[in-house]
Amino acid sequence: MSTLSKTEPVACSACDLLQVVPPLLPSSKALCPRCGHVLASGSTQTPSRALSLTIAAGITYLVAQSSPLLALSAAGRSSSTTILGGAAQMWNDGHQLTAVLVALCTVVAPAIYIAFMLTVLLAVRNPPAPPLTGTLLRIAEAVRPWSMSEVMLLGILVALIKIAQIADVVPGVGIYAVGVLMVLLALIPSSLDTRRLWERIEWDDPAADLERARENES
Amino acid sequence: MSDAIVIAHATGESAAQAGLLACRTCGLLSRANRATVSAKCPRCGARISAHLDRSHQSTWAFIIAAAICYIPANTLPVMVTKTVGGTHPDTILGGVVRLYETGSWPLAVIVLVASVMIPLGKLAALGHLAVSVRRRAVVHAHDRARLYRIVEAIGRWSMLDVFITTFVVALVQLGPLMTVKPGAGVFFFMAVVILTMLASHSFDPRSIWAERDERETALE
Repeated sequence: MSTLSKTEPVACSACDLLQVVPPLLPSSKALCPRCGHVLASGSTQTPSRALSLTIAAGITYLVAQSSPLLALSAAGRSSSTTILGGAAQMWNDGHQLTAVLVALCTVVAPAIYIAFMLTVLLAVRNPPAPPLTGTLLRIAEAVRPWSMSEVMLLGILVALIKIAQIADVVPGVGIYAVGVLMVLLALIPSSLDTRRLWERIEWDDPAADLERARENES
Repeated sequence: MSDAIVIAHATGESAAQAGLLACRTCGLLSRANRATVSAKCPRCGARISAHLDRSHQSTWAFIIAAAICYIPANTLPVMVTKTVGGTHPDTILGGVVRLYETGSWPLAVIVLVASVMIPLGKLAALGHLAVSVRRRAVVHAHDRARLYRIVEAIGRWSMLDVFITTFVVALVQLGPLMTVKPGAGVFFFMAVVILTMLASHSFDPRSIWAERDERETALE
């Protein structure tokens, strides 16, 4: 298992400039001097803080998905909805593709992100983690932009105000859970130095890993 | 959060100038010739392309598809309200006007920004970025890099209207009294959001700086 030495340069992912990132204190970040892109952030310590945040996010996610977001009553009729209920109604109204994509952004993407990050963070506790961990981390990073709990929360609040003009709306537990989930999901990546995670994962191509280790020694 | 900001120490050349390729997923630097053979990052297994894409063909495809969908997204209704008094379709702009008229102008502004200004701004910004890379521009690279960061950060917020529609439709199911149904516009609107997000993901921001780096190498 080869590890990057602290003085080894990294390339900025936004402008390709090679540079050396100095050791970072917790809650500090390093910027690329050329383009201003955030190269690395967060703590250089073990990822236990991120692990506890991810566990909390997992529990909050289950609450947010299972409790009603809003309930409405008017003229003796009442209705309430959950997140998945919103997508289901969209499906029943004949907009299947829209329903699927809404469910992807609000149900599936956050679930994949939380589950995969949980697995990755548990696996890297005993380095080197098997290459499958790397695949999970890669997928988790790729789905993160599609997990939209903060946009959904604003959407729910606007919907609440719109409906409040015609009927009585009662916010449910789910709405608060989505708020907490939004905060937790934003804190996970900022409490992590992804480069450090990659250093604890075994390479996808073991031959290249060995070759590199030999080069480092000579 | 009061984050301390550290500026990294530049080495003065880009990875490409040093004959290295950086993986966009895990950041590992591979020797360019090696990576050309396997086309896979040896550490994380992500695909790495040996050549920087400057034609941005897929970016253009997504931009054009999004621009086409933008028209029905704005002309077709996103929500149809059925009451005893009749049927009332609402387009995106109609919804904004209605929010404004009912007195919640701050909300009207939020929806206007998320649903109209952000998608249009994104299309214009990505078009500008792709054109300037193609023309091998070297000027205003800092501004273009900042523009790309803004596009990446705010793009997702235009999904707002889709979520508003989803939850209004899910709740306002009061039988004959009042029922709200989604309109065809909501599908096209969502297509615009997703296509512009794909367009900005497919754009490689390193291409903004590649021309500068190459001219620098040529001078040396």
